[in-house]
Amino acid sequence: MALDFSIIPGIIPALLLGTRLTIELAVIAVAIGLVIGSFAGIARVGGSNVARIVTGVYVDFIRGTPLLVQLFLVYFGLPTLIRRPVPPFIAAITAMGVNSGAYIAEIVRAGIQSVDRGQMEAARSLGLTYSQSMRYIIFPQALRRIIPPLGNEFIAMLKDSSLVSVIALEELLRKGQVVITRTFRPFEVYMVVALIYLAMTLAISRLVAWSERRLRVVD
Amino acid sequence: MIKTVGLRKSFGNNHVLRGIDVAIKPHEVVVVIGPSGSGKSTFLRCLNLLEKPSSGQVFFRGHCITDPHVNVNEVRREMGMVFQRFNLFPHMSVIDNITLGPMKVRGVSLEEAKQTARDLLRKVGIAEKEKDYPSELSGGQQQRVAIARALAMKPMAMLFDEATSALDPEMIGEVLDVIRRLAEEGMTMVVVTHEMGFAREVGDRVLFMDEGVIVEEGTPEQVLGKPQNPRTQAFLSKVL
Ligand SMILES: Nc1ncnc2c1ncn2[C@@H]1O[C@H](COP(=O)(O)OP(=O)(O)OP(=O)(O)O)[C@@H](O)[C@H]1O
Ligand SMILES: [Mg+2]
Repeated sequence: MALDFSIIPGIIPALLLGTRLTIELAVIAVAIGLVIGSFAGIARVGGSNVARIVTGVYVDFIRGTPLLVQLFLVYFGLPTLIRRPVPPFIAAITAMGVNSGAYIAEIVRAGIQSVDRGQMEAARSLGLTYSQSMRYIIFPQALRRIIPPLGNEFIAMLKDSSLVSVIALEELLRKGQVVITRTFRPFEVYMVVALIYLAMTLAISRLVAWSERRLRVVD
Repeated sequence: MIKTVGLRKSFGNNHVLRGIDVAIKPHEVVVVIGPSGSGKSTFLRCLNLLEKPSSGQVFFRGHCITDPHVNVNEVRREMGMVFQRFNLFPHMSVIDNITLGPMKVRGVSLEEAKQTARDLLRKVGIAEKEKDYPSELSGGQQQRVAIARALAMKPMAMLFDEATSALDPEMIGEVLDVIRRLAEEGMTMVVVTHEMGFAREVGDRVLFMDEGVIVEEGTPEQVLGKPQNPRTQAFLSKVL
């Protein structure tokens, strides 16, 4: 059976609809992850012992278990606890957001720790408090080192969002599967799906590389 | 002005300071010399509590600052510190490096902080660099900014930890000049240095430190000229 590219124009609108959901999922997940990850990352560096242990367990658990299992925990497991169903979209952004938070916590922690120790000492020797030193000296420098890996985390989330196709959310991959039931052209459709992912991830990694160059100039 | 009593500091099993008793009078310039690893930096960092002493006490202007109730931030703002590796804030311009402390710690207004910063930059001889970033400056210029940054807090004492060790030889002089001028103005200073000529010239008193204790102390002529202790003699014969 030969390749049939003539079907492509017909499937593009449906796939773009799925692409939109994929982007929404990744953006919301990384936004949630940023909030969780900032607090957790800071707690891992400068928190109380309890905060360090709690965030350590959180990060280890999330990074040591598959996102798919985490998704099932939220989508299938949580409803039996709270005695009401969790809508697929809510389950997806919850699992992805909490997942992303753990990776971002590590990015934030590494960013803070990459700032030379002498910076904190110089700030404290002026009489600045710990939190003033963090705010004016450490965070602004850490931020520059955090932005590039955050871009990579966003790429990871874009790709991993394909996992939520299994809970019937019509993001890009799921849309592709739906289209295949209509066209019976799995190779062409999956190829187009793959190329759409590729276009998105390439665009973002270009952006990351550009921001890395920009940030280095300021250093 | 600064006094230590039985000051000890250990890192695990490494007993770095093993009982230091020193009293530094107002306007006095105390120079600390000694071999690498003898605990000079640790001693200096215990004075402004960047390191927490393991035991013993540090007094500053009559107050015991090692008392846990003391607000260390209020103590540190009165003691300027200059580091071997400058530790300027790389994301801030020269003037912002200098105005940050006075504004955030002392609540000085922006205009006043800038005025002070410009006066200090003129004093250390780099008035024209206020808008530059630290990475655009030479090592000697960076260290002079670091000194200006510490002075902007209007401290009562200054601590210098090998302020010229990271500098190329041709830049050492410009930094020593600034420190020398501070000494002439009567600033109370503790200066850790490997520059023996400089120690002799600006020091009112020299402390020779080895293995966490003060082995010998006295005027520069006594300690550097006629050392009594064999360890001091051995050290000086190597560095002079
Ligand atoms: N934060 C730390 N943790 C563990 N050990 C430390 C720490 N700071 C210093 N030390 C140890 O304390 C000892 C004395 O160090 P210190 O920096 O005070 O010596 P120094 O006299 O300033 O030497 P140098 O002339 O090389 O600067 C060294 O053995 C060093 O390894
Ligand atoms: Mg040292």
